Amino acid sequence: MAASTSSRRATGADAASSASSAAPAAAAGAGASGAAGTSAGAGASPGVGTTTGADTTGVAATAGPSGTAPDAVAHADAAMRGVGVCAGVAVGPVARLGLPAAVPADLPAPDDVTAEATRVREALSAAGDALDARAAAAREHGRDEAAQILDAQAMMARDFVLADRAAALVTEGNAGVHAVSTALAGFRAQLEAAGGYLAERAADLDGVRDRVVSTLLGVPLPGLPDPGHPYVLVAEDLTPADTATLDTGAVLGIVTAAGGATSHTAIIAKSLGIPAIVGCRASESLTDGTAVLVDGADGTLLIDPQDDVVATRREAFAARRALAAAHSGPGRTKDGHPVKLLVNLGAGEDPATAAAGDVEGVGLLRTELLYLDRATAPTFDEQTKAYREIFAAFGGRKVVVRTLDAGADKPLPFLTDPDEPNPALGVRGWRTSWRHPDLLDDQLRAIAAAVTAVEADGGAADVWVMAPMIATAGEAARFAADAKAHGLRTVGTMVEVPAAALAADALVSACDFVSIGTNDLSQYTFAADRLQSELAGLLDPWQPALLRLIQMVGAAGAAQDTPVGVCGEAAGDPLLAPVLVGLGVTSLSMASGSVADVRAALAIRTLDECRALAATALAAADAAAGRAAVAAAG
Amino acid sequence: MPQRTIAVGSSVGLHARPASLLVAAAGKAVSGGSAASVTIASGGGEPADARSILSVIALGAGHGDEVTLTAEGDQADAVLDELAAIVASEED
Repeated sequence: MAASTSSRRATGADAASSASSAAPAAAAGAGASGAAGTSAGAGASPGVGTTTGADTTGVAATAGPSGTAPDAVAHADAAMRGVGVCAGVAVGPVARLGLPAAVPADLPAPDDVTAEATRVREALSAAGDALDARAAAAREHGRDEAAQILDAQAMMARDFVLADRAAALVTEGNAGVHAVSTALAGFRAQLEAAGGYLAERAADLDGVRDRVVSTLLGVPLPGLPDPGHPYVLVAEDLTPADTATLDTGAVLGIVTAAGGATSHTAIIAKSLGIPAIVGCRASESLTDGTAVLVDGADGTLLIDPQDDVVATRREAFAARRALAAAHSGPGRTKDGHPVKLLVNLGAGEDPATAAAGDVEGVGLLRTELLYLDRATAPTFDEQTKAYREIFAAFGGRKVVVRTLDAGADKPLPFLTDPDEPNPALGVRGWRTSWRHPDLLDDQLRAIAAAVTAVEADGGAADVWVMAPMIATAGEAARFAADAKAHGLRTVGTMVEVPAAALAADALVSACDFVSIGTNDLSQYTFAADRLQSELAGLLDPWQPALLRLIQMVGAAGAAQDTPVGVCGEAAGDPLLAPVLVGLGVTSLSMASGSVADVRAALAIRTLDECRALAATALAAADAAAGRAAVAAAG
Repeated sequence: MPQRTIAVGSSVGLHARPASLLVAAAGKAVSGGSAASVTIASGGGEPADARSILSVIALGAGHGDEVTLTAEGDQADAVLDELAAIVASEED
């Protein structure tokens, strides 16, 4: 059942995404024959989404038992499809994220300026109260960071200087909405001029403005809806500000029109354990109150689902859960081939929670969080303290630290050149150490000091260090020499640049281990920006060309008896995990919520079966076909 | 009028939590009657009302920057001591 649901998602998601990716290729005259077939097939799918309850019943009933690709295509117009990012079944009414109200350009001067000024003051004060309530709610859910931002916003809304300025503007004959916007824009400009952290806080002011403007215009408030009952949250996309106060008791499921498997929404949904579908373009047509079923396992959204369909979906999910619950401990195939199951962790996230899980360690410790939102780099002491806490929490279990991966989508004010014409192809990742060798040096020193400190306390620390964005074996050797000079014992590199994978033999021989970052490796292999949701189909980890690069690295690792990990989102796909193992991958690092399913998926297959699945996936014509063929092969 | 010039202690500068604490304390001092007014200026700049969070963070005072607090009222010195301690605090 689990396998057949996955295959349906495969086709649905790919049909939709290849429509967008194939069309430009055909238009450019490139790969015409292949693209034509795909886009013709996908041409049927724009109708997706406007469907009736009766149709959706039909889908679930027929697709359940067979679940092969042609079947799913036949029903492509019967449900909305996107990319399932957090397994689980949610059923409930839709409530859409409130959008910021547009401020009308022309508004008459108020008839009664005194009354209008009072209205402005009241709206500001009401915004302050509402933000206080949100802060309290955030605190109740243990989101202290979000609560602090909301506290600050409440204080801004109640700022009497702001109220006085806005009231003065009203007295001059401006409409209240314009007065508030103008007064806030003045402060915003001051913050932006200050730069750095303060410039980022300008967004907090926008949050206050959107709230007050909505109140003054008498339109629904922007942000998370509060319909008074649990709901399925539907949005174009969610920002960190939206998700900061997300109440896991009220939000049953999440559906976004934009985004891919690595988007913020996907990461948050996984960490909160809320069933979610991202990249579901058709969801734009959903309106408040519509009853929907969200299946985060296969990325299907059904409208007005019948009871028996809900029951079938829930049973399938329960079966998957039961399978996961039946296995525990270190990852291994049915015939005992070990595969380390690790989690991805951000420095700054709570290591104790991650360490409490049934996991073998951390396969990717993202250290960027220590550097973000700051005007200067964290000090040696700050870093040492943060790393020490993490290493101690995992008490001797492996922790793979990725050194600072700044640049591109993660710019740092003190490091990143804002004028880089093409930051994803620029001085990012390990390359930033060419310009700022001191930053990497401090970081390696702090990691080594943290290891020493944990060991001095009588604890154990198995710390591995790797550099991001390494392109050549020479670079890998240079980084390894640097890290070892600091006393770090196990040093490797990420494989994210196709050149690194193509030179796998030399690269592996320069390293104690390598770890494949599938998200970036996809982006660079397919020349497709990760942040462009239109390109999600090209970034699908089932792409045979990507798997071929992984196979090259896996083979080099096996020949030299060197561990090869995968630490992209691909590692957390229970259908793809056996394929990766079959390609020679020896550890998988994923969101903690994915570990149990992946463990179960490996435990029911022998290494030879994994290899056979890998061969099947590699031989496929495209990602959708590969996923479907592997699902069908079991 | 009593004044205090102190360096900002927080590594993140005078915004976020340190700014909130300062504004809350200044507001309390004025509404409670211990001071008639409290202002804060960064470097040689224009003084801003210390009860306004937007004015305070807009000073853009970073870690180690000097700010000048000025208070009016009977208990101005005591109020300034309290506020100066908040500004100088190294807690983020």
